[in-house]
Amino acid sequence: MAIDPKLAEDLKSQGVHVTSFEQLINWGRSSSLWPLQFGLACCAIEMIAATMAKYDMARFGAEVFRPSPRQADLMIVAGTVTKKMAPQVVRLYNQMAEPKYVIAMGACAISGGPFKDGYNVLKGIDRFIPVDVAIPGCPPRPEALLDGLITLRSIIAKEKLMGKHRARHADPQGTAAFPVPEFGEHDLIPAANREIWNPPAVVRQAEGGET
Amino acid sequence: MTAPDRNSMDRESPDSHAGELPSQSGEAGFTALQSESPDSLASLLARLHDALPQAGVTLRTNPGPAAQHSLLVEPTHLTEVCRFLRDTPDMAFDFLSNVTGVDWPDPAKADTVAVPAEGEANASASGFLEVIYHLYSTTRRVGPLVLRARTADRGDNAKIPSLVAIYRSAEFQEREIFDLFGVEFTGHPDLRRILMWDEFTDHPMRKDYVAPDDYEYEPTPHDAVLEKAKRHDPSQQ
Repeated sequence: MAIDPKLAEDLKSQGVHVTSFEQLINWGRSSSLWPLQFGLACCAIEMIAATMAKYDMARFGAEVFRPSPRQADLMIVAGTVTKKMAPQVVRLYNQMAEPKYVIAMGACAISGGPFKDGYNVLKGIDRFIPVDVAIPGCPPRPEALLDGLITLRSIIAKEKLMGKHRARHADPQGTAAFPVPEFGEHDLIPAANREIWNPPAVVRQAEGGET
Repeated sequence: MTAPDRNSMDRESPDSHAGELPSQSGEAGFTALQSESPDSLASLLARLHDALPQAGVTLRTNPGPAAQHSLLVEPTHLTEVCRFLRDTPDMAFDFLSNVTGVDWPDPAKADTVAVPAEGEANASASGFLEVIYHLYSTTRRVGPLVLRARTADRGDNAKIPSLVAIYRSAEFQEREIFDLFGVEFTGHPDLRRILMWDEFTDHPMRKDYVAPDDYEYEPTPHDAVLEKAKRHDPSQQ
């Protein structure tokens, strides 16, 4: 049973802090996100800049880039995901411990970006792993990455740990690992994980026609 | 303050190279081969004919503004020609800067068109693949010397002898051409795909390559991507 927010504020002014386990756990999780230390292309340069003193990602508790997926809980897919690299990215995601979150940074990680016409570029990492925050840009400025991080923090702060609408990682039936695509003769097999990704039904306006 | 004009800057600059290089200079101080100097391509070709008459080296002129003419070499004599160019002291082409490839599905165009248009490939075996080498002499600062070699066809006989034994820098570049064009470099010490995965069977830089169709959904399609995205769009059919 949730406490009345006004009562909580009153108590806080008297030096009594009232909270719930859910809020406490979400506060802890959102305040110390440890990103996995890897970059795929030019977006990684902006990601590195965001960690440095000028932009100071440490203000948001996310400065500890871990070189091992076992110690990380945030994957920042920073750059072009080639089809040759995609299985490794999925495998790294699978090796991360729950709870884990994904930021798709930049046009390439979202959709293939300027290289979506290429035979060798994956057209969005969301075809294989669930993406929590997508940051558009080519590449996004460090401020945009910080904004994405703040957005992720607010998403985590609202997560439900119990009940019907609980988060994926809090659900015993939830999926923690996603199938790693195989290298095929012409393309990855499968080309996308249809259980988590399906093309949205886009109705395009005909040229010169009405909507 | 107005910017000083370029000519006065050139006059005052103590390390200006203006006037020191021949008029047709190549990049980074390298003297180009097509000038009227003793290093001209014609005299080099004459010496090649004298030394290796069986190699059948022919001159291919480039009518474009680049005027970067090249020597067409029979693949069977490619290694002899390169060894001669490298080991003759007053030639000393000691550096293989670049290896690249061209797919010529229509052989009639190979000597007339600068670049074959996309999608005009016919899978007939009459075409061929071409490998292009850019040689420089670092000791004499001359180059590039452009060599071209053509395979017999685009199928089983798409073979060119490897130059790794002569120029070590050819190793990765030949692997890349093997990967993307499907030219088999005979004698290469480690001929594997370098960019695509090992299980991949296509050669993406060939004109008749068809890329996998993964255009089910594109957020902002345009041009060629829009055309491909339309195939997955029921309202466009």
